Amino acid sequence: MNHLPLIIKREYLNKVRNRSFVVMTFLSPIIMIALVAVVAYLSQINNDKKRSITILDETGVIAEAFENTENTTYTILSDTGYETAKELVKAKEDFGLLYIKKASDTINLVESVNFYSDESPSVSIISNLERRIEKRLSDIKLQNDGVDIEQIRASKTTINIGQETFEGEKTSKIDSYLKLAFGGAAGYLLFMFIIIYGNMIMRSVIEEKTSRIIEVIISSVKPIQLMMGKIIGTSLAGITQFLIWIILGGVLLFMVSAIFGIDLMQIQSPQQQMINQAMASSDAQNIAQDLIAGFVNLPILNLCVAFLFFFIGGYLLYSSFYAAIGAAVDNETDTQQFMMPIIMPLVLAVYVGVFTVIEDPHGTVSTIFSFIPLTSPVVMLMRIPFGVPIWEQLLSFAILVFTFVFTVWFAAKIYRVGILMYGKKPTYKELFKWLKY
Amino acid sequence: MNNLLVANSVSKSFGNFKALNEVSIAVPKGSIFGLLGPNGAGKTTLIRIINQITMPDSGQVLLDGQPLKPMNIRDIGYLPEERGLYKSMKVGEQVLYLAQLKGLSKQVARERLKYWFDKLDIGDWWNKKIQELSKGQAQKIQFIVTVIHTPKLLIFDEPFSGFDPINASLIKDEILQLRDEGATVIFSTHRMESVEEMCDHIALIHKSNKVLDGKLTDVKRQFKTNTFEVGMQSSNPEEVTRIIKEKFEVFPATFKNLNDDIKLNIKLPDETSSNDLLSFLTSKAEIHHFVEVIPSANDIFIQTVKNN
Repeated sequence: MNHLPLIIKREYLNKVRNRSFVVMTFLSPIIMIALVAVVAYLSQINNDKKRSITILDETGVIAEAFENTENTTYTILSDTGYETAKELVKAKEDFGLLYIKKASDTINLVESVNFYSDESPSVSIISNLERRIEKRLSDIKLQNDGVDIEQIRASKTTINIGQETFEGEKTSKIDSYLKLAFGGAAGYLLFMFIIIYGNMIMRSVIEEKTSRIIEVIISSVKPIQLMMGKIIGTSLAGITQFLIWIILGGVLLFMVSAIFGIDLMQIQSPQQQMINQAMASSDAQNIAQDLIAGFVNLPILNLCVAFLFFFIGGYLLYSSFYAAIGAAVDNETDTQQFMMPIIMPLVLAVYVGVFTVIEDPHGTVSTIFSFIPLTSPVVMLMRIPFGVPIWEQLLSFAILVFTFVFTVWFAAKIYRVGILMYGKKPTYKELFKWLKY
Repeated sequence: MNNLLVANSVSKSFGNFKALNEVSIAVPKGSIFGLLGPNGAGKTTLIRIINQITMPDSGQVLLDGQPLKPMNIRDIGYLPEERGLYKSMKVGEQVLYLAQLKGLSKQVARERLKYWFDKLDIGDWWNKKIQELSKGQAQKIQFIVTVIHTPKLLIFDEPFSGFDPINASLIKDEILQLRDEGATVIFSTHRMESVEEMCDHIALIHKSNKVLDGKLTDVKRQFKTNTFEVGMQSSNPEEVTRIIKEKFEVFPATFKNLNDDIKLNIKLPDETSSNDLLSFLTSKAEIHHFVEVIPSANDIFIQTVKNN
C-alpha cells in the first residue's frame, strides 16, 4: 500500500501551518530588507559627511597635490606659523590640520609631516593624505632627476586580455565573475537549505518519538515510507518558504529602494567590487556588451539541470542522515555528538568551493572534491558555470545517487530500530549494532 | 479454521539478547486472548511481530491461515502501551489521517468517526488540538484510532491505564461489544482482575519462552489443588478441628460469614472426591459454607513465574 502521498501531505501541511513557520516566512525577508536598508542609509550618511582639512605647507611644493573633492575641502595656508594655524583651525572647527614642516630636502620631509585633530582620524583619511603626498614627492624627485612627468603619464597604458576558447567561445573577466557569482550562489543555497531543513526533519522525527505516536504510525506504514514522506514533505515546505522569501524579498527590496531613493547597489559585496574593478578597465559600452555576452556564454541549460539534480541529490543524502539521527536520540540535546560528522563535510565543501574553485576550477583538488559524494553537490554546482564535461557531471551524479541509495538504506535501518528505542543515549557502537538487527 | 491468528515457533534476537525463543500461540476466532507475562518477558516483541513492525528471525505468523502480508495492516488494530498522538494536530484531522493510513477512504473515515464520537460521548472536539485535551480524553481518541477501521484482530496493550473507573468500564464494554460483533482481541495486561473478567484464553510468556497457554478454565483446572473452603458450626469446635486435621491436610481460611466457628481450607488427596469430604464432615458438624478453591489468574501468574 502506498501511503507516501498521504504522509507527504500531512508533513507539508503540518509544517506550513505551524505558527512559527508562518511568522518566520513572512518576517525574515522584512527583517533582512530592513537591515539592508538601515546599513545602506547609514553608509550613505557616512559618505555624505563633509570635511574640511587645513594644510600648512612650509615647503610650498606639496600643497598643490591637494585638490578639493566632493567630501573634502582643503584650505591651504602659507606664511603663518604653526600656532596661528592651530588657532585658525580650531576657530573654523575644521576636521584637522596637516602640518608639513620645512626640511632641507625632500627625503627628510618624510619624517616631518604631522596631522593634528580633535578626534583621531580614520585609517582611510590618513592613507588618503599619505598617498597624495607620496605621489607628489615622487613626482618632485623624478623632476629633480630630469624626467619628464608628462612623458611618464603618457606612457601609462591599460590592457584587457581578450579570452577565447579553442572552440571560438569568447570569454572575459566579467564572465568569470558572473560564473563565480552563479556557482557560489547555487552552492551556498544548497548549504543553507540542508542546514535549515535537515534540522527541521530531525526535529519532526524526534517529535514523533517523544509524543510516542510512532508505534501507532509504523503499525500502519513501513518506516522507510514514513522517513521518505517526512523528508519530501519537509523539503516541499522548505521550497515553499524559499520561494516566498525570494518573491517577498524582491518586492520589498524594490519598494524600499523606490521609497527611500537609496541606491542599494552602493552597498557592495567583495564580489561586486571585483566586477566593478573589472569594469573600470573597459568602457561603459563594452561592459554592457560583455555582461550580455557573459550571460549568453553561461551554460544556462546545463546549470539549471545540474542545479536541480545535484540540489535534490545532495539534499536527500544529507536529510536521510538527519532523519537517522533524529530516530537515534530521545531529545534534541543528544543530537550534538552526531551533528559534527554531518556539518564537517558540508563546511569543507563550501571552503573548497570558495577557495579552490575560484583559484582553479579544473584543478586536482576541485575535481576530486566534485566527485566525493558528501561534497560533490556543493563543489560541482560551483564548478559547472566554468564548464565541466558532461561525462564528469554524469559520473559525479551517478556516484551521488549510488551513495544516496546506500545512505537511505543505512539511515532507514537506524531509523527503524531507533524510533522504538527509548531511554538510552546511543553510541556509535550501538548504532552499528542496530544495522544488524 | 478456528484460529484467527497462529504464531509458529517465532524467535527474535536483538544482538546477543534473545527476546523470543520458539514461541507458538493460537488465538481462536472471536475470543479474548490474554497475553500475560512479567515486564521484559517478550510480550511487546511478539505484538510488534504480529503488527509487522519487527520481523521475526525465524518462525512465521499466520492470519486466517495465510502468512502475514503488508496488506494485513488493515485487519489489525493496535493500541500500544506507549501511546501518543500528534500534540499540535487537530483531533478530527488526526484521526482521519491515521484512519486513511489504515486504508479507509476519507468519507468512510469521517462517517465512522462521527459514529464513535457520538458513542463515546465526545462532543465538539473536532477542532481541538490534542494538547488541549485531558489525558483521559486523549486516550478515548486513541481508542477510536485503534478501532475505526473495524479490524478483525484488535491488540490492546494495557488498554485501561490512564482511565478513571467510569471510562475504564466504558472502554471495557466497548471491547466486549466489538468481540460480540466478531472481532478477535489480544489483550496484554498486568491487571489480573481484568484477565479474570474478560479473557477466554491466556498465554503466559516468561523470559522469552511461552510457559503456559490454553483456555482460562482449562488452565485453572490444571492448577487447582483439590482444596475446599469449608465453614461449619459445632458445639465443640476444637475437637472437630483436631479430628479433621488428623485425616486431611488443613490450612487456615479467611472469608466473611455470619457465625461460623470453624473456617478451614481442606486439601484432599487426589483419589478423594468432594462428596467423600462432605459425608465425612456432615457427621461432625453443621456445614454452612462449602466451596472449591479455584486458583485466580493472579495465583497462577505468580506461581508459574516463580517456579520457572
